[in-house]
Amino acid sequence: MSPGSKNNPFPAKQMILAGRKQYLWLRARMIQAMRLFFIEHDYLEVETPQLIPAPAPEPHIHAISADNLFLHTSPELCMKRLLGAGYPKIFQICKCFRHAERGNLHMPEFTMLEWYRTGIDYMALMEECEAMILSVSRSLGAGDSINYQGKEIDLKYPWERLSVGEAFDRFASLTPETAIGMGIFDKVMVEKIEPNLGMARPTILYDYPAPLAALARLKPENKKLAERFEIYLAGLELANGFSELTDAREQRDRFERDRKQSSYLGKQVYPMPEKFLKDLEKMPRAAGIALGVDRLAMIFADRSEIDDVVTFTPEEV
Amino acid sequence: MYNASDLRKNLKVQIDNEPYVITEFRFSKPGKGQSLYRCKLKNMITGVILDRTYRSGDTFEQAILKERRMQYLYNQENEFCFMDVENYEQVFLSLDQIGDAKNYLTDNLEVDILLFEDNPIGITLPNFVDLAVTRADPWVKGDSVAGDTKPVTMETGYVLRVPPFVEEGGKLTIDTRTGEYVTRVKE
Repeated sequence: MSPGSKNNPFPAKQMILAGRKQYLWLRARMIQAMRLFFIEHDYLEVETPQLIPAPAPEPHIHAISADNLFLHTSPELCMKRLLGAGYPKIFQICKCFRHAERGNLHMPEFTMLEWYRTGIDYMALMEECEAMILSVSRSLGAGDSINYQGKEIDLKYPWERLSVGEAFDRFASLTPETAIGMGIFDKVMVEKIEPNLGMARPTILYDYPAPLAALARLKPENKKLAERFEIYLAGLELANGFSELTDAREQRDRFERDRKQSSYLGKQVYPMPEKFLKDLEKMPRAAGIALGVDRLAMIFADRSEIDDVVTFTPEEV
Repeated sequence: MYNASDLRKNLKVQIDNEPYVITEFRFSKPGKGQSLYRCKLKNMITGVILDRTYRSGDTFEQAILKERRMQYLYNQENEFCFMDVENYEQVFLSLDQIGDAKNYLTDNLEVDILLFEDNPIGITLPNFVDLAVTRADPWVKGDSVAGDTKPVTMETGYVLRVPPFVEEGGKLTIDTRTGEYVTRVKE
């Protein structure tokens, strides 16, 4: 019987919802497994406010305003303030909100897992991420390798590590700096590079050009690169992590730069996050990462559309 | 005028003064980067497919397309002639532009002709047409490969499979969207 046909007791909309049941079960079990991993690794689960006065001024991430405040685009600033206040290992699973992002991998309201840990850098954080995802896969009974959209992906670590420079050389035959200069970095990334990443095993793309890091520390030995990485599975961008910038003065300069760019692009300019900048002076060395929970659910559920792993899409509410 | 964020599947836009329809659409936003709108666009005149990536700030002219109700007159050397019954104006479409619609065209059939800047570029048929059967062989029972159907030829030359009771000279209703048999026409 086709959805919505005459003899069908359920309207088409309800059939679509009912059809997601197995994916919603899997999603729930996945989130439980994530939570268990962090609890077992002595992380404190926190909930920071979703209504905030000043989102991080990143030029290409746009907040949704509400009641003279903003819905947070990520819990990053509040979580880092907790690090500075003596919480060394924290995680959060929460809804985040970004204006005008909708596609097969995007929804304006989506679920993020973020975790932060003091005393480590991005290299150690990569390893923790490898361990977390493998642990979740085993908890779900998926084992050490999964099948996503017809591809077998081995989750056993170490995963492939590829610098942004190597990736541009291998797949696009130009340097990231040239691409930035030509204004085509994102286009090259989407068209030439991303489709090749994380095919037989996950890829960790690391060491981004310094201009592409709003809140990441620069490499002490090479200030042209930032200690930032992204995790890719089957061409799908799953997580973004970095060694945190803890220099409040440099952070203020970068925010100023990004606010100028937003203003130049005719985008909304947010108030300077002064309380965050103040607390950053006391923040210890740390690394943190944000992972798209909906996308990880897509991977374990073997779905190509984010719509299949949520209860209601924005259009269905 | 459209912005990049208006782009979606089936939207019709003008590029270099030609009409295109978006056949595939993907929103992308690589790690903290800008929004990119990836499109496959089909030229509605030539059928040529373009692969393009747009970003915010890019703008597009809407492709202004009109449809006019016309009557099919005749086909000469693969030029198909249609006439507007109100002002008797005639337009021509090539075999490439007609495509599978040629299977359903009978004299005086009313169709919608798609025009881009007054030039005909395509045709929309009624969902159902009635055609006469010009050839129908007797059904060979036990032909299990074909199932319980047999091939017949229609007045337009179109060959399709129908139930075994269909006979020569009768008329059939055909669904032009699927090309399939719907029912016999009762005289």
